[in-house]
Amino acid sequence: MNQSTKLLTGAEIVWESLIKEGVEVVFGYPGGAILPTYDALNKYRDKVHHVLVRHEQGATHMADGYARSSGKVGVAIATSGPGATNMITGMATAILDSSPMVCITGQVSSSVIGSDAFQEVDITGASIPVTKHSYLVTDIKKLASTIREAFFVARTGRPGPVLVDIPKDIQNETTEFIYPTDPVSLPGYHPPTETNESHLQEFADMVNAAKKPVILAGHGVLLSGACKEVMELAEKASIPIATTLLGIGGVPDSHPLVLGMMGMHGESWVNHAIQDADLLIACGMRFDDRVTGTLKTYSPNSKKIHIEIDASEINKNVLVDLAVHADLGTVLRQVNPLIQPSKKLDWVETISSWNKDSQVRDILNIKSERLMAAQVIREIWEGTDGKALIVTDVGQHQMLEAQYYQHDEPRTLLTSGGLGTMGFSLPAAIGASFHEKEREIWVIVGDGSFQMMLMELATAMQENVNINIAIINNGYLGMVRQWQELFYDARYAETPISSPDFVKLAEAYGLPAYRVDSLDNIIPTMKLSQKTKGPSLIEFIVEEHDMVYPMVPAGVGLHEMIQRPHPKNGQTKNQEKSVL
Amino acid sequence: MKQTLIALVEDKPGVLNRVASLFRRRNFNIESLSVGKSEMPGVSRMTIVANEPDSHKRGNLYFNLLKLVNVIAVKDVSSLPCISRETILVKMESGPSQLNELNEVIKKFGARIVDMGTESTIVEAMDEESAINDLIESLKHFKITEIMRTGKIAMRKGKTHQVSSSKINSEPDDLSWTPDHITAYQN
Repeated sequence: MNQSTKLLTGAEIVWESLIKEGVEVVFGYPGGAILPTYDALNKYRDKVHHVLVRHEQGATHMADGYARSSGKVGVAIATSGPGATNMITGMATAILDSSPMVCITGQVSSSVIGSDAFQEVDITGASIPVTKHSYLVTDIKKLASTIREAFFVARTGRPGPVLVDIPKDIQNETTEFIYPTDPVSLPGYHPPTETNESHLQEFADMVNAAKKPVILAGHGVLLSGACKEVMELAEKASIPIATTLLGIGGVPDSHPLVLGMMGMHGESWVNHAIQDADLLIACGMRFDDRVTGTLKTYSPNSKKIHIEIDASEINKNVLVDLAVHADLGTVLRQVNPLIQPSKKLDWVETISSWNKDSQVRDILNIKSERLMAAQVIREIWEGTDGKALIVTDVGQHQMLEAQYYQHDEPRTLLTSGGLGTMGFSLPAAIGASFHEKEREIWVIVGDGSFQMMLMELATAMQENVNINIAIINNGYLGMVRQWQELFYDARYAETPISSPDFVKLAEAYGLPAYRVDSLDNIIPTMKLSQKTKGPSLIEFIVEEHDMVYPMVPAGVGLHEMIQRPHPKNGQTKNQEKSVL
Repeated sequence: MKQTLIALVEDKPGVLNRVASLFRRRNFNIESLSVGKSEMPGVSRMTIVANEPDSHKRGNLYFNLLKLVNVIAVKDVSSLPCISRETILVKMESGPSQLNELNEVIKKFGARIVDMGTESTIVEAMDEESAINDLIESLKHFKITEIMRTGKIAMRKGKTHQVSSSKINSEPDDLSWTPDHITAYQN
């Protein structure tokens, strides 16, 4: 071995490899089996910032939030056993929402693997259903190339989480550090790189022939970076756009062709447009049950085009007439020139006529004594000029945010869509804050969700991250209560939930905190929070029994939604079926 | 109709687990799975028999298999001309006294006796699945005490087709991945 060859420990190789991948921040928690890697961290502090979390699930959501906000791969680190299993919810959240993430876990030493050693769990196996791929490193010579592969798999094709499990002895062994520079190529991994040309003309012909088309814009629009291309297609042929929850922000909400969110809590005109369409152009979305309602009556008269990078999503739920297995942006750049410009005035006019009735029923236009959650969201929108990065949790507030906060720019709404992971928002916002330095960041979270991951307040404080936390407190697990009210005769089983005094709690953690229970106080209090350097918290006390409307109950068609009662019929709990 | 898939997979620890886990997780009905080394170092070949009547679910199964990082290529050979075989060992409570009778039965199936003690006999056969089923039926009155089947293995007739793994839209025999490339990735 010549003098210039430097031997590094496995632990050092972990950090060297992360640095080669451009990692600047990692979220983690030390422990026995990952000790060597943490010891080596001391040598790399000038290149990598480590955020000490309070729970490994928090680390994964932070890495996820960082990834969603930046488009880069988020990195979470934990020890073996419980540290690793705590990451499972975070990995599941990331895989269902196609978020690129690499999780590094320590493992017990190779010699005792399989012996039920202290803090031993087969995380490589346990993570199979919730990762894109997982690795157990058994040879230090393959450590660097494995980490490199993990990043490659995580960020290419349909992004997702990848786990790398590293036994303690491998972290301690030494070898020459060589980071390969040739392109990663795996024999069994081929994200699509080209489009079948014959499909492009067919695609264009279908669009050109359509009288009542609708674009369904999903998370893929953001992941593919195809926001411009989707708008170009929409504008050229006057095609209204409905978005999925994760597609929000991929197209500007304020654009006249952007209808809003579709699905279970989509506005009625959006769902009616889909049901009445003669062509659906599904862009990077997967026809989740929350956006289709029952498949039996889903958009019955439309032809369907599905552009999707993951072949296993095509024809999974909804059978399509044209499947284009490719990167969305690449396809649209080829298809758009083939599209004939047209103005579909009748179709656009018809859809906006459906909007009028919804305006009358809108909670913002109905007088109420109590502060309503929707009003809080709308005020936050006003108070941030619609330009904040919003991170929501799961439940009523999440749906209301999607309805009442207009997002005009990509990657300004982070939310757990597919898995619906309560507790996501606070850690995801902390993670996002390490990328997003310009925009103000607001966490919008329910009282139930907040209590699932509130220990990360300490992380927010320790890192002094600049986030504003808005707790929408209605004293209930609101969305579950809504289901109980609608489908279980208002038998509220375990949905009334008590909370600590959130203001005192925040103060105990060292955050400035405020409580608001009236509409007039929202903006002034927001200003106090916005002026704070570092985290701050506002608790909004809102009406307990409000519901999210419209709602398409599980198992019925998209057009069979329950609407908010018409105000002239009085504020009753009567449900009213929408009529088209 | 049963779905028969031939998959080329990397010969790495846990790959069988990943394939089996996929079937369970996606709620696909798996009938048999047999795996062994292939002609390429570091690459195994699997025959998977699934029982999904719905054609779209069959397609979904195919693409989910292909999505696994360790799965190099998959070919659905259900409706292609194939040689398919299954090997079986059957143990029966019958000794030399029934030898003639047993020989009579197994001769028809091309099976053979591979072990015979005073109280038990083991018969071995290799054939198509239906013939194996018929053999079991015929052996029933010898009091079967154990059956061991390998599950189906299949091979396409004709020249070796180069497998396609990267393009969903490609023609069935379109070349996009050659065995040369695969061996280049073995470490």
